[in-house]
Amino acid sequence: MGLLSKRDSKLILDPLSDNNPITIQVLGICSALAITAELEASVVMSIAVLFVMGVGNVVISLIRNIVPSRIKIIVQLIVIATLVIIVDLVLKAYAYELSKTLSVFVGLIITNCIIMGRFEAFALANGLWRSFLDGIGNAFGYAVILVIVGFFRELLGAGTLWGYPVFGDAIDKTGLYAWGYENNGFMLLSPMALIVVGIIIWIQRSKSTHLIED
Amino acid sequence: MAINTDKNSYTIIFAIGMVIIVGTLLAAIDSSLKDKIKTNKILEKQQNILYAIGINNNEGNSVSFVSTDQAPSLFDEYIVSQIYIQGNKIIEDNEAYLIEVKKEKALAKDPTYDRRLPLFIADRDGVRYYVAPIRGKGLWDAIWAYIAMDENMMILGAYFDHKAETPGLGANINQRFFMDDFIGEKLLDENENFKGIKVSKTNLDPRNEIKDDHEVDAIAGSTITGDGVSAMIKSDLRLYIPYFKKLKQN
Repeated sequence: MGLLSKRDSKLILDPLSDNNPITIQVLGICSALAITAELEASVVMSIAVLFVMGVGNVVISLIRNIVPSRIKIIVQLIVIATLVIIVDLVLKAYAYELSKTLSVFVGLIITNCIIMGRFEAFALANGLWRSFLDGIGNAFGYAVILVIVGFFRELLGAGTLWGYPVFGDAIDKTGLYAWGYENNGFMLLSPMALIVVGIIIWIQRSKSTHLIED
Repeated sequence: MAINTDKNSYTIIFAIGMVIIVGTLLAAIDSSLKDKIKTNKILEKQQNILYAIGINNNEGNSVSFVSTDQAPSLFDEYIVSQIYIQGNKIIEDNEAYLIEVKKEKALAKDPTYDRRLPLFIADRDGVRYYVAPIRGKGLWDAIWAYIAMDENMMILGAYFDHKAETPGLGANINQRFFMDDFIGEKLLDENENFKGIKVSKTNLDPRNEIKDDHEVDAIAGSTITGDGVSAMIKSDLRLYIPYFKKLKQN
């Protein structure tokens, strides 16, 4: 990549694989369980987090030298909350339909530990550009897992993808259902999200054995 | 020169400064957008009420309101009168749709207060619709609905919405596969007693073809939201019975 140095591109690419926020850092699990029953909700949440992490990391990096260390967690919380509330207000005024879709996610973003985790671990110690890249990279890493989990939960739990039936009609027994296939309603409940994340972690660690701690 | 960020005085000044900046910023944004947000909310109410009487742009299985430009004129066209019921009185009020059910419910905790119950009367294709706004609690936050009924309290249309139900589960109460099931269900039993409609996990009627069982099919994985819907219908629509009884007598 000509645009980014090797060190910088690592910031974007690492969270996608060897330093994934969900499967390796185990951050943001709560929202990964809560909103992945449908693919669409996963994607919406991913985009929202992408925005907040990119901007939030930059803001924290900007003020990193003047934040008193004893109240840094409070400062981080206020930065996230302010950003999210501003976005929410602007959307309510200019894109009301969209704001209704997103309103559910507002609370989940403010309390998302990925955001706090990256502020704390990275933005407080690094410059603007690198913090921005780190935010974007981790948000993408988060998004990848969310979309995979959302894909399988919606497909196996409801037999649909993005709301469109893929296996036929479960009630009229057409398509795959005519052969006796049944949706697994358990997939729609949060415990299965944890199990799907577990399976992803298992696959990832068995492929890259250097990730396994003793 | 590096600032000593560990000093007590610095910490306190920083905290005060931050609160002032953030507070001013949020207050400024909020007050400058207030009017626009209010207009959007009013338009949404009109869209929701119109949706309940079947004026919408639905295509296939997706929920689609009439556009915000058309909503006010369509609202004036179809809604023939707006009233609110307070105790024994029925009062005409052309802005009854602006009455907030949430506030009325809170005020009604005081036993001396007679809660105002808004009702919007609409005519569409020769059918008279009575639309009642109701409100209740889901799993995480408020849920509400606009229920359109005929004079026998049979449901002709319904729009449900929520503030923060779980996406993919309880949040699906505003999807057509849930809302459309209510159409044709009856709130009164054959002896004219109020029975309500139960969101049931065990009614074994996923297409909802049986219309006199006072039950609709629940959404898998959203028991508490569904129970909230049943409870909201029971507690709020029950209050309209005296009005419909009087209507029949006349």
